Amino acid sequence: MRFRAKIVDLACLNHFSRVVNTVARLAKTCTLRLTADKLYFILSDKVANGGVSVWCELCQGNFFDEFQMEGVAAEHNEIYLELVPENLSRALKTAQNAKTVKIKLTNKHCPCLTVAVELPSLSSSSRIVTHDIPVGVIPRRLWNDFREPGVPDFDVSIYLPVLKTMKSVVERMKNLSNCIVIEANLSGEMNLKIETDLVSVTTHFKDLGNPPWASDDECQSSAQGRDLESMAEARIDIKKLLQLLAGQQVNPTKALCNIVSRRIVHFILLHEDVSLQYFIPALA
Amino acid sequence: MRCVITGGNVKVLGKAVHSLSRIGDELYLEPTENGLSLRAVNSSRSAFASFLFVPLFFQLYERGSPPRAGQHFRCKVLMKSFLSIFRSLPSLEKTVGKCLILLKPQASRLVVQLHCKYGVTKTHNLAFQECERLQAVFSTRQCANSLCAPARVLAEAVVHFPATLSEVTLSAGPGGKISLRNYVEDEKEPGRTMVTELWLAEDEFQEVAVAPGTCITFCLKEFRGLLTFAEASNLPLTIHYDAPGRPAVFTLDDPLLEVHLVLATLSDPESISQSPTANGASELPTPADDFADDLESYMIAMETSAYEGGSGAPPSPTFPLRTPGPAHSEPEEEEEEEAVPGTPPHKKFRSLFFGSVLTPGGPCLAPTQEVLAEDSDGEY
Repeated sequence: MRFRAKIVDLACLNHFSRVVNTVARLAKTCTLRLTADKLYFILSDKVANGGVSVWCELCQGNFFDEFQMEGVAAEHNEIYLELVPENLSRALKTAQNAKTVKIKLTNKHCPCLTVAVELPSLSSSSRIVTHDIPVGVIPRRLWNDFREPGVPDFDVSIYLPVLKTMKSVVERMKNLSNCIVIEANLSGEMNLKIETDLVSVTTHFKDLGNPPWASDDECQSSAQGRDLESMAEARIDIKKLLQLLAGQQVNPTKALCNIVSRRIVHFILLHEDVSLQYFIPALA
Repeated sequence: MRCVITGGNVKVLGKAVHSLSRIGDELYLEPTENGLSLRAVNSSRSAFASFLFVPLFFQLYERGSPPRAGQHFRCKVLMKSFLSIFRSLPSLEKTVGKCLILLKPQASRLVVQLHCKYGVTKTHNLAFQECERLQAVFSTRQCANSLCAPARVLAEAVVHFPATLSEVTLSAGPGGKISLRNYVEDEKEPGRTMVTELWLAEDEFQEVAVAPGTCITFCLKEFRGLLTFAEASNLPLTIHYDAPGRPAVFTLDDPLLEVHLVLATLSDPESISQSPTANGASELPTPADDFADDLESYMIAMETSAYEGGSGAPPSPTFPLRTPGPAHSEPEEEEEEEAVPGTPPHKKFRSLFFGSVLTPGGPCLAPTQEVLAEDSDGEY
């Protein structure tokens, strides 16, 4: 099992750091899956996470200048590692003016992902900072736990409003209630609602647009023939929603959510080279 | 004592106070013929800092006549109160033209008066307490190794470590490279903590006189305070260190200002089990005698002028003035917890006791006047 990768372009480094920062806000511990072409940050929907799950996919070619990966075996040319994304985020934080950043899998006192940053300095040789991030190697037999979640059979799919606006609305609502209701319909209308004994607040968004999903029988079965005005709604933990919104530092190219009434909300955020999916289960 | 500071030096004084505030809760002031000395020590006596402003730093410096011949007048004030006068450095720079400090032993207050723009004068009257001299015993000449670097290089190095990090290990590696590494306590699972290491080449330093393979571990928080001051004043910082366990001394040199920071360093775990009596640790008649060996590895020698049984020892009812305050006796009570895994790192850097560098024949380590437990190898 070997892994070595190198980033030399500052813009790529910056972009990669931002992705890692976003993941770090969503999960304390997650799984990093490495394949020949892609990296995945995965959080599977265990009870311990409150049922949320994360699937973040990156094309390695868009970030790394060099990327060499040898998996556990020839037929299973992949590596699954358990790590704390906050550590990776911290390691990259002070590397923003680096000459190069190398990431490799090493075995110090335990398996580690070593991030070696070469920084410019006034002296003849560069300054080297190494961060040894302890990781856990996930054995092959557990890989099934980390499969890509399928798109659920949603009732409504709708584009999200500008994330910054959505975040400031939800942030204020957080002080009033622990749960928030997201409801949307196929006419591009979305409402964010909180209801407590003392107060209820609703923010209305309209003209958001509904993404056209490929006419695939499975996906269409719920949405097909659905009344355009009828709202699909789900009540979710407001903190989980805020974790997603607060972690966004750059506006995604596309941001949408799929609502399965009273079951789950599936968020999809797409940038040019990164896709992030976030599932929040509905509360009882 | 009466002194006047004008112009840009007011901000320098403010920055010094900020730096000292990272160390301790009380600011000790001592006007001497060499200038005004400001000092602070932390509650566990593992960090001591002193800023000496020479008379040239001031527009006017009058030490005043000492109350008793041969004795300096010394006092201490609450750090919080003194710091609040200099809290906002930008506004100090913009609005304050002159600062007057007036200290009269007979008066009940220390007066700090800021003369600001537009004829505004702000007068602060602080309560002070007379005290014994606060002096850490250290000698840079006794330190075998020294490094000197521009503060900026060290500040850039330290930025890679998280703000909450307690201890950092500085080592001299092969090829003249110097490394800084975060220190991971043994009690925590070594497999869980991220280890960050930074390597600096020899030519980043102005001077390197270290033996390869040497290393020391010290607390980063107190060092950062000095580093901020040094970086702002663009001064090179010199680190003097010796064997692990011996204090490390950080100095800044400037014609107008002498700054020392003394930090205790962690000693090798192997040496903890031995009981070197050079420091006379066995003299401490505290219930936590079992931990005395741990204690004396992590301490800075402190000297108080009359009685060595000063702050760190159990409070003695007969010397109310000598003990700087009940707060200082608490570290002694907490000694029992020292061996508990996971105690905050600062508790490991225990206060040094006051016996290590005694003038021969002087009274020593007598926390109470009555010797309840005679020690076997003391200097009595």
